[in-house]
Amino acid sequence: MTLLHIEGLGINFGGLKAVDNVSFAAAAGQVTSVIGPNGAGKTTLFNMISGVYTPGSGRVALDGDNVTGIHPSQLARRGLSRTFQNLQIFQDMSVLDNALAGFHLSERGSVWGDMLSLPAARRRARDARDGAMKLLKRVRLDDLASEVAGNLSYGQLKRLEIARALGVGPRVLLLDEPAAGCNAVETEEIDTLIAELAASGIAVLLVEHDMKLVMRISHHVVVLDHGQMIAEGDPESVSQNPEVIKAYLGTEAVDNVAG
Amino acid sequence: MLTSKWVQLAVLAVLIAALPLLFPSGYYYRIGALIFVNALAVTGLVILVGWAGQISLGHAGFAGIGAYACALAPEHLGLHPVVAIVLGMVISAGLAALIGKPILRLKGYYLGVATLGFGILVTMVLTNERIWTGGPDGMSVAKLGLRELLRDMGVRVSGGVFWYWACGIVLLIGAWLALNLYNSATGRALRALHGSEVAASTIGIDVPRLKLQAFVISAVYASVAGSLLALQNGFITPDVAGFMHSIEIVTMAVLGGVGSVVGAILGAVILTLLPQVLTVFAEYEQLVLGAVMILVMIFLPRGLLPSIAARLKRKP
Amino acid sequence: MDSLLQFLFSGLTVGAVYALVALGFTIIYNASDVVNFAQGEFVMLGGMITVFAHEAGIPLPLAALLAVVLTAAIGVALNKLAIEPARGAPVVSIIIITIGASIFIRGASQLIFDKQLHRLPSFSGDAPIRIGGATILPQSLWVIGGALIVFVALWLFFTRTLTGKAVLATANNRLAAQLVGINTRAIMTLSFALSAAIGALAGVLATPITLVSYDVGVALALKGFAAAMLGGMGNPKGALVGGLLLGLFEALTAGYLSSQYKEAVAFIVILAVLFAMPQGLFGAKSTERV
Repeated sequence: MTLLHIEGLGINFGGLKAVDNVSFAAAAGQVTSVIGPNGAGKTTLFNMISGVYTPGSGRVALDGDNVTGIHPSQLARRGLSRTFQNLQIFQDMSVLDNALAGFHLSERGSVWGDMLSLPAARRRARDARDGAMKLLKRVRLDDLASEVAGNLSYGQLKRLEIARALGVGPRVLLLDEPAAGCNAVETEEIDTLIAELAASGIAVLLVEHDMKLVMRISHHVVVLDHGQMIAEGDPESVSQNPEVIKAYLGTEAVDNVAG
Repeated sequence: MLTSKWVQLAVLAVLIAALPLLFPSGYYYRIGALIFVNALAVTGLVILVGWAGQISLGHAGFAGIGAYACALAPEHLGLHPVVAIVLGMVISAGLAALIGKPILRLKGYYLGVATLGFGILVTMVLTNERIWTGGPDGMSVAKLGLRELLRDMGVRVSGGVFWYWACGIVLLIGAWLALNLYNSATGRALRALHGSEVAASTIGIDVPRLKLQAFVISAVYASVAGSLLALQNGFITPDVAGFMHSIEIVTMAVLGGVGSVVGAILGAVILTLLPQVLTVFAEYEQLVLGAVMILVMIFLPRGLLPSIAARLKRKP
Repeated sequence: MDSLLQFLFSGLTVGAVYALVALGFTIIYNASDVVNFAQGEFVMLGGMITVFAHEAGIPLPLAALLAVVLTAAIGVALNKLAIEPARGAPVVSIIIITIGASIFIRGASQLIFDKQLHRLPSFSGDAPIRIGGATILPQSLWVIGGALIVFVALWLFFTRTLTGKAVLATANNRLAAQLVGINTRAIMTLSFALSAAIGALAGVLATPITLVSYDVGVALALKGFAAAMLGGMGNPKGALVGGLLLGLFEALTAGYLSSQYKEAVAFIVILAVLFAMPQGLFGAKSTERV
């Protein structure tokens, strides 16, 4: 079932077409990956889909509803959440509080209830806490629950962001380079996690640089270059697409050798 | 939070209850009450500045509203002072909601100047509307009446002692409410938007609405503090709403550690006591106050309590 | 019409002082992201030191020069002793440090000088000059002219000299400036010196009209801060326009509406501008990167 529809999405930054006329769809239970060389516009595309940027043109539909340009908090209410390429962790809060924040929508009640610590508020807080601990366990951070988030390693923070995004109970989950900066073991863990999430019925949208990871877990791959969509299809066909190889060999492959 | 809610509240309650044992004279009850009033206003700022990360350089404006509500409403509307306190809270909350909506879109220093402007406007009205407020010379405030009530019931307490306990109890309630908020969905969302507004909104947090809630809550705290100040002094001047008072309460909050209620109270204790100690060297009061503000911020930039806690943690 | 012209003159005079204070805010903000609430004290120091040096028998121009140099030194000391050690502290902490510095300087001045109100003789007499149907004091022309010269000189400095360009580069991106070999610490020191000197100069120029005492700094700092925000923090052009506008608003309100509420109108205008333009009149738009 197709959950997320992207049609002709585009945005300009000071006359430069950062993303231009991108269309694709993401289905529930599948991993849809957006790949492309650095500066191809992947994160910008994510920012438009998640409501952080307002698209200049095109349309985003979530489960048939037009959600183009609506605020991220509204999108979260409709079941879309995300992680960030450069971490947006609440550094001064504990790991548990970060995860709990993801449950904001299900935990929130009236301010009065919160200030007076009324039974209903306490019950919701308890439920949220149970949920958050479960998610932390799932990303193997439960041992660090009371640690201040700022003290965690990069890879741990990446997992914490995923846990936080899952607290929303998303139907669509946008993951922006979840494996960046992770070692081989961590990458494999994230690999498994993403596959599980998709299997549970979430439409996972993934931006990732680790090609092996992408090819292994994606059901559908969209390739961007210079803001344009140059290919789309299953991992197999995309990896053999001459356009894609050109785009990658022209930049990434050389970068990889040099770096 | 450093320790759990009940431990903090218990420590606070014990301190409030035990402190009078050390008082050499009745005068100290007055200072104690003043500390509690300041601490109450500062607790409100902890919510706004410490958790939500929003600056206010005009919060004394709300204290001014609370104070003058208690001065004016009994005289002109015939309201009981306790009702006047509530009226002040309602006016402060309403005004905070009204001005907070547009100004909380501003960030950092821009929010600073907007709140500063609000505080100055309040001060100006209080100073200029002489017919009502007596102008810069201030006006007297009717008695609360509770002490008389207690006397009729056979309990005789001096003004200082009464206000010490009254303000202490109100502070305890204020601290309890704030500590509840800290570990609730609202408190967590406030801290989250302080960390990253974008990330907060992607998990469904309505950032403008929550900022506004924090602003209104902290305004009400300041308003109650202003009311209590007016009632216990029996006299009030526009200085209660002035820029220096705004700065004073922000400094108290940051000095103690703006993220924690206990820290805020510690800040209020120190900055309320400092001028009392310095009256001996009246000449040097400003010099020392300025130096203390600079030194603490340089050497303990996160405030006294968090810096001390961090140091204790490092030494096992 | 005559009264309008009269109000404009007085508005421009006050506005020129605000513009200079706002400029001081801007220079320091650009170099260090710090809003220096002690800026008003520089103006006070400029006035006070000149007064006391003059009373001690030093000729006025020399006394003024002494005041500017000494205040610049105090500005540098403020940077070295209070701002640099707190590098990286949160905004609120920095605000408290500079307000603490302002209280400290005020306390010190009260001890070193006194609590009296002082004035300086006007530079070119007190005979009002008639322009149109209004009059203007020669000292007002000194204030307005002085402000214009400072702004032009600063503009030349920023656009024509290598040091000036280094300051601009630092304002734009401190890290990048460091990478291309600019000594950003020296730039900060320079900025504090410059900003303090400009503040002191404003104090010297304005004292014959406004008088000076140890506690005039707070009000000036608030007005200068408001003017800088009105124009858009970090933009010298904004400081000039913001300062002059603020002065004009005050003078016109005092003239036509109510002198008691002149400052109220100024702040209401600022709030209105910020609602419409959250970055001030000339401030740069910023977008959050994620």
